[in-house]
Amino acid sequence: MNSSPILSIQGVTKRYAQHTALDSISIDVPQNKIFGLLGPNGAGKTSLIRIINQITAPDEGQILFNGEQLSLSHETRIGYLPEERGLYKKMKVGEQALYLARLKGLPKKRAMELLKFWFEKFEITSWWDKKIEELSKGMQQKVQFIVTVLHEPELLILDEPFSGFDPINASLIRDEILRLKENGATVILSTHNMSSVEEICDDIALIYRSKKILSGGVKEVKAARKENIYNVSFSGDKMKFSQALWIDAELLETSTEGKLNVAKVKMLNNKTPNDLLKALIPHVEIHGLHEEIPSMNDVFIQRVNEINKAELEVEAV
Amino acid sequence: MNKIWLIVEREYLTRVRKMSFILITLLGPIALALGLSVIIYLSLSEDVIHKVLIVDEKAPAFNSISNTQNIKFNYANNMDLQQSKEMFYDSDYSCILYIPKNIEAGNIAILYYKKQPSASVIRGIEDKVEAVVEELKLDQYKIDRKEFYDVKTNFTLNPVKYSETGDEEELDKGATYIGFGFGILIYMFIFLYGVQVMRGVIEEKTNRIVEVIITSVRPFHLMMGKIIGVGLVSLTQIVLWITLTLGIFGIAQATILDNYYSPEKLTEQVQATPEVMEELQAEGAAKSGIMDPNSIINRTNWTVMISLFLFYFFGGYFLYSALFAAVGAAVDNETDTQQFMIPITAPLGIAYIFSAAIIKNPEGPIAFWLSIFPLTSPIIMLVRVALGVGEGGIPIWEVALSMVLLVLGFILVVWIAAKIYRVGILMYGKKPSYKELWKWLRYSNK
Repeated sequence: MNSSPILSIQGVTKRYAQHTALDSISIDVPQNKIFGLLGPNGAGKTSLIRIINQITAPDEGQILFNGEQLSLSHETRIGYLPEERGLYKKMKVGEQALYLARLKGLPKKRAMELLKFWFEKFEITSWWDKKIEELSKGMQQKVQFIVTVLHEPELLILDEPFSGFDPINASLIRDEILRLKENGATVILSTHNMSSVEEICDDIALIYRSKKILSGGVKEVKAARKENIYNVSFSGDKMKFSQALWIDAELLETSTEGKLNVAKVKMLNNKTPNDLLKALIPHVEIHGLHEEIPSMNDVFIQRVNEINKAELEVEAV
Repeated sequence: MNKIWLIVEREYLTRVRKMSFILITLLGPIALALGLSVIIYLSLSEDVIHKVLIVDEKAPAFNSISNTQNIKFNYANNMDLQQSKEMFYDSDYSCILYIPKNIEAGNIAILYYKKQPSASVIRGIEDKVEAVVEELKLDQYKIDRKEFYDVKTNFTLNPVKYSETGDEEELDKGATYIGFGFGILIYMFIFLYGVQVMRGVIEEKTNRIVEVIITSVRPFHLMMGKIIGVGLVSLTQIVLWITLTLGIFGIAQATILDNYYSPEKLTEQVQATPEVMEELQAEGAAKSGIMDPNSIINRTNWTVMISLFLFYFFGGYFLYSALFAAVGAAVDNETDTQQFMIPITAPLGIAYIFSAAIIKNPEGPIAFWLSIFPLTSPIIMLVRVALGVGEGGIPIWEVALSMVLLVLGFILVVWIAAKIYRVGILMYGKKPSYKELWKWLRYSNK
């Protein structure tokens, strides 16, 4: 996938009266990927999403959609699931879905066909004539998800897509997101709950205090933050284990899992896991060894700490 | 533009399908028509035949009194007042008319009754007695009947405005009541449906659905779609109310009121007394004044009136509902609307209060200025144009100016409202001040 990005956000800044919501953010969202827009609450994710959806306009910077200046003509090619879900409570499910689909530019007949397909797929055909207020919150979310994807948008923007779903429905939605990607769509997932999306995201951007602080492929970002820490599970004497270690292998902690002991070892001075095994094998029986890869959450916290530290240093100077 | 009509369609259909709309639209006219019918029925049912016993101390002068449609006179030949009174409650007479001996001098007779007769019955008896007394006096003074009727005068003062250019305009103030009626209708509907627009906006905002919708349509289109949709609902209601009321009233007329109020009956009466009718028509409003609705209705130019009503109705409704929409967008819930409602409802209230005064003085300076100012003109101008437009009524330029200003005012208000609306629908959790609203107005476009 070397094609040009579907969405190119270039130096976007948005200021409100009291604060700057976005501070010259530049992000490229590659075609046909699931892109995670991550950051704590209030970081500026929703402001950015609203700008992409052309609900508000940036004060500075520009956005390209497939290389073209983002304009109103693109809005039918974008699907948006806002964080705060909402539907007309008194309107019937089917009627409402049809209305929203037609607002997105679908002809009535085509919209009906698609709705039928999705309602059958989600097994909610019997809801068609129910009022939204008669549905549970999870059911409403399903309807809203259908409405978001119905017009087969090239770019889907899902703000906190899993909040409000029980685990079964959350996995249903996750499968749908992956299928949409298979069918060629690009998906932007925005969330503050990083662990919920890191397994399905291809790329991410981290936003913190109105600034982008990190971006790239999930694997690369995590790999770059590896600390050469290995988890070794073994049977045998813990004393012997620690005696086998030398100056370049630092024992961080040990624990017991069933009959096995697990030790966390940090390798220093570019030593490899082979060096570790060589040292250990004569003394204990090794059952497993794997490298510890930081979670997105760890990466984020590390990065935030770095920034805060740098700021403190600047202030100190 | 297509999307606006989708929004209009939704706003319209969801509202007219509501049970409350259907009930109010159906029950309103039924209540109104039944009320009207009952009033007419009650007033007509008084027209039972009144039997009046005449006790005449000037016998036989009053023997000649003739019956009217609902008053039957019987002449007490050999009973004095005392005897008559004694048998009164055993008889089927409803009144005793006592003519004293000196009636020409005192001009007073006495009517004894069991149940108070209506004013029109008393008036009918009075007229009869008056006619006889006149005859008596004519004989007494030996005046020729023909001379007398030639001299007898029924005077009318006709106020005519003489303008600078020499045009003569005859003011017909009675007609302003019709305009007042239309003005009040507009006042009512602006309130009813303006608030509905506001509620609709608040609903979308609290539902959060607005965020989904404005990724498909511009906020301006959403606002206008809502205003137009709700406006069409109000028009539907007005049209249904008027046709249903007239329809039900017509049916009621054909059934319960048949004997009293049929058009044939009216024409019969007219034919029976052509001179009377002619006289009435000649005297016109001067005698019957505003109390004779037929004359006002006949003299109103309904084409002009109804087209102006529609213009001012929609103009006023659009103007105010745009303001209501802005208020709805600025707040999170209905209880927060109070502070912003006052500046909107104040001009409406002023227009309402002054419209009553302007019936009496439709050409004064207050009437002029209020009928030009867009926030009050929809109500006030309707009161005025009932006088007619152009010759004999309100100068055309005044009406034209008022209409142009209403359109300009509408554009300005919509422009302002759209800005507040655009920012407001995405603002949650804080109740904005006027200062804040001013800031929203100055946000750059997009």
